[in-house]
Amino acid sequence: MAKVKGDIIVDIERCKGCEVCIDACPTHTIAMSEDVNGKGYHYMQNVHDACTGCTNCAIVCPDGVITVYRVKI
Amino acid sequence: MAETLTKQDIIKDENIVYKKTGLMTDKVLSYCPGCGHGTTHRLVMEVIDELGAQANTIGIAPVGCSVLAYEFMDIDMQEAAHGRAPALATAIKRLMPDKLVFTYQGDGDLAAIGTGETIHAANRGENITIIFVNNGIYGMTGGQMAPTTLPGMKSSTSPYGRDIKTMGYPLKITELIARLPGTYFVTRQAVHTPANVRKAKKAIRKAFDLQKQNKGLTFVEIVSNCNSGWKMTPVKANQWMVDNMFPFYPLGDIKVDGELVK
Repeated sequence: MAKVKGDIIVDIERCKGCEVCIDACPTHTIAMSEDVNGKGYHYMQNVHDACTGCTNCAIVCPDGVITVYRVKI
Repeated sequence: MAETLTKQDIIKDENIVYKKTGLMTDKVLSYCPGCGHGTTHRLVMEVIDELGAQANTIGIAPVGCSVLAYEFMDIDMQEAAHGRAPALATAIKRLMPDKLVFTYQGDGDLAAIGTGETIHAANRGENITIIFVNNGIYGMTGGQMAPTTLPGMKSSTSPYGRDIKTMGYPLKITELIARLPGTYFVTRQAVHTPANVRKAKKAIRKAFDLQKQNKGLTFVEIVSNCNSGWKMTPVKANQWMVDNMFPFYPLGDIKVDGELVK
């Protein structure tokens, strides 16, 4: 069975911490950080490696801060 | 084998499956966190990118929250006076019929001060695309009541909720426009979930494709949240929108191929 593995890169300084992406993630891979960025927003980040690269978080992100990568294994 | 896959193996340029389109500039959007404007901007730019029409598109920016749209969209843009975007788009399209022309407007711009321009551009069947972001409130000026504010909905100028006896009924301008013979494709979408984003993008793509075929006015309404104006968190505002906005502004196509479907 072909499996996929994904990962995301977040543009931390542009993230406004709206948390819309967290609801959209089917594998609950992302969560808000405890740290804040330069503007004082908590930013989203990968908390474990269940990401499948489905791009859901990236397409609902209003600020387009997420880049999604996916490989077949 | 799967265990040996490291982050460096995944994060490579050839593995990118989604990236912000290059037609959005790198400026930080001026919108509040979680605002649907950002997503809608990106969808419009993705569609223009897919059409390969960056040099062939002219956008009209409105007055309202999205007044700075020309800062974020890396295409030719023109700022219109408040509500006059469809009039300006009419002029541009008639002078340059081979260009793709669209207006990007909010509910205060399109459904309040610009009602006349909107309805007459639709009635003339101008061959333009209108992207209409409806959040039921005047967001930029501080959350005042708009023509699209729901009955009973609180805003800074209707603190006890909109009373239809004194303040009138909300204006369903999209349904109104769909009944005019000049419009060809009228639809209402949302951008709060991945599925809705995909549908909205398809609708925007269809609208631009039909404009290319000179079919008449195409109109895409995006029902959006205004978490600052509604005084909620973005996630709660999205839920409130599903519970309250969608029953009044039902999603889906209203007019397809010049025929009313709803």
